Amino acid sequence: MTTGFNDFTPIRNGEAIPLSSVSHLPFDEFAAQALGIIANGGKVVQFFAYPADGKVRLMAVLRSDALFVATCDAPERYPALSVHCEPFHLFEREIAEQYGIRPEGHPWMKMVRYHANCRGVEDIFGNDYAEDIPGNYDYYQVSGEEIHEVAVGPVHAGVIEPGHFRFNCIGERVLNLEIQLGYQHRGVEELLLQADPGRLPFIAENIAGDTSIGHSLCHAQAMEALCGSAVDMGAKRIRTIALELERIANHVGDLGALSGDVAFLPPANYCGRMRGDFLNMSLLLCGNRFGKGLVRPGGVRFALTDEIRLDLSSRIDDLKPQVDHVLALLMNTPSVLARFEGCGRVSRDDAEKLGLVGPAGRACGLPYDVRRAFPTEYYDRLDIPENAESTGDVRARAKVRCDEVMQSIAIIESLLGDATETATALRPEGCPASDSLVVTLNEAWRGELSHCVLTDHRGGMLRYKIKDPSFHNWNGLSMSLRDTGISDFPLNNKSYNLSYCGFDL
Amino acid sequence: MLSVLKNRLEQGCRTSRYPKETVELPPRYRGRPEIDAQAPADLADACAAACPQAAIDASARTIDMGRCVFCGTCERVSEGRFVRFTQDYETAVAEKSQLVTRGELPDLAAHSRQHFKKLFGRSLQLRQVSAAGCNACEADLNVLATPFFDLARFGINFVASPRHADGIVVTGPVSRNMKTALMQTFEATPEPRVVIAVGSCTLSGGPFRGSPEITEGLDTLLPVDLFIPGCPPHPMTNLHALLSFFK
Repeated sequence: MTTGFNDFTPIRNGEAIPLSSVSHLPFDEFAAQALGIIANGGKVVQFFAYPADGKVRLMAVLRSDALFVATCDAPERYPALSVHCEPFHLFEREIAEQYGIRPEGHPWMKMVRYHANCRGVEDIFGNDYAEDIPGNYDYYQVSGEEIHEVAVGPVHAGVIEPGHFRFNCIGERVLNLEIQLGYQHRGVEELLLQADPGRLPFIAENIAGDTSIGHSLCHAQAMEALCGSAVDMGAKRIRTIALELERIANHVGDLGALSGDVAFLPPANYCGRMRGDFLNMSLLLCGNRFGKGLVRPGGVRFALTDEIRLDLSSRIDDLKPQVDHVLALLMNTPSVLARFEGCGRVSRDDAEKLGLVGPAGRACGLPYDVRRAFPTEYYDRLDIPENAESTGDVRARAKVRCDEVMQSIAIIESLLGDATETATALRPEGCPASDSLVVTLNEAWRGELSHCVLTDHRGGMLRYKIKDPSFHNWNGLSMSLRDTGISDFPLNNKSYNLSYCGFDL
Repeated sequence: MLSVLKNRLEQGCRTSRYPKETVELPPRYRGRPEIDAQAPADLADACAAACPQAAIDASARTIDMGRCVFCGTCERVSEGRFVRFTQDYETAVAEKSQLVTRGELPDLAAHSRQHFKKLFGRSLQLRQVSAAGCNACEADLNVLATPFFDLARFGINFVASPRHADGIVVTGPVSRNMKTALMQTFEATPEPRVVIAVGSCTLSGGPFRGSPEITEGLDTLLPVDLFIPGCPPHPMTNLHALLSFFK
């Protein structure tokens, strides 16, 4: 596809560039060209504000078949891009909350995480943050005698993260689901600016524990680019194996949860057990079931010895037919399909507008996968199949997961086939380059994960921006629930399995 | 139906025999730390300086398992000559001060709240509150319900309402935005009740320490009965803690 003419600067995934080489446009040009790229099929990767020489700037990182970046000075108020272009929606709310910059005419202007802005200017939402969340959250309401509201959360029924769901229903049919988050805001982005450099990898891998490898990779790649560190091929193989193990464990767990939600207990239990087996492979590799402590700037902290490699191979050989059989059982059972098919549909058009990523997007026919589009680590040597489905329902989201599980198992099998040598005694890195920008993308198991790091004139952190795939996909869940029975909410919720902590940061 | 049976035969019985039989974890697992109090001072200082969690007190020769995320940096820096992580996953304690240790831990079963054994030893229903962690602790609590651990065989379950609960299990560093929901859940739990803190974030703020958005230690908000360290605690650590404390 062609993006047409624009002044945005092309960049590459995981490469640091001087901030001065990024196009700086007048706001009107910046907005018009960004909208033009999106209108021609592009998508928003990052859109955020950052401080620059006592002022505030906006930066947009967009993708089509390549990555583009540009900046502009941030007006105190500007005509909202969301009015013309849905993908900017949540980013504009976030900028308003973080920096107090007002997008005029924004159609859904509400808090994202419920915290004061960092400039100390008047709060866009009129909140006093000494008061409890939700403050002035203007919940969407539907009028009518037959309408009722169902409020769920923040503390949910099971062992699950907190968030607030509010359904407007007529009878059992959901007219709208509003999702209000922010309960788990721990100030990650600010902490990354202030903490000692030695702590950064630990903060990064704890952004979302089920995506520890994904976030560690984005962080490590950013630091490697800024410091000019090279990563050897062995480390890349190990990091790729770890990311695929993370993908498998989570997908298998989700398929088990979906099975449990339709009361099909055998696969629910088997998947729950097998997920543990995959987590135990990460435990074998680095001593932590979630891969914490494995990925570090410069490479990996633990080697893949032949003993461990052969043990992992053996475990994969044992598990592969079991996984295949259990997933076949789940996906071939008529009563399961009756519940999955047609449930929570999102059309391809809506998915495009919302900017859905990962399995949620692929279920709607959007084949985008960072491993294929902007490969990192070892992925440029691997064939990543397109896993697009077309129906956009629970069955499609489950099917994408099933396919990816088997593909990831095959990837790991191939990567474990040969001995892998890597350095593991990581030296302290050099100083990050000053006045620089690096954007890293990885296909975490939920989809496109991105870190964007800006350094100041001393090489210190100027801005550390994190975009979890759930940032795009929460609106997909809301869309899935429209005109759906409220009793289908748990099934749809698990078919997305979005990250609360990755969103709340 | 045939494929259900076929899968059932293939899966077999997977439940661990713990606590009758011990469960072995792989060599790289980092459990209870042991400190060599005789190690050279410069080695202790180097470990304390390298610790990202400021968990090591070089002069007192102790490590605070509440702050520790068990990353193993100190073991690597000292080549095991000051700190060594054992394979012992039984690291839970009943007093916060016991988290600061050289490696010897008191017998958890002999804690000072023996009445909880009488009350909850045969049936324990817990309500879980996620309070802004990274979800790994939640995942490794959820996994206790899977066939390998089968928590329900011990009479322990997670319930959907605080009114049905004998106590609460808290994970995460208790964000500012989560504090009220946590306190309301605690207040809604009938007495007598127990409070269990799971994971580094709940014990000390963990990797998020220093953020103004969090609470550094659940015990600053609620009286905590059981402290389970780790990042996240291994499911066996959680299981051992529950069984030792209540049975």
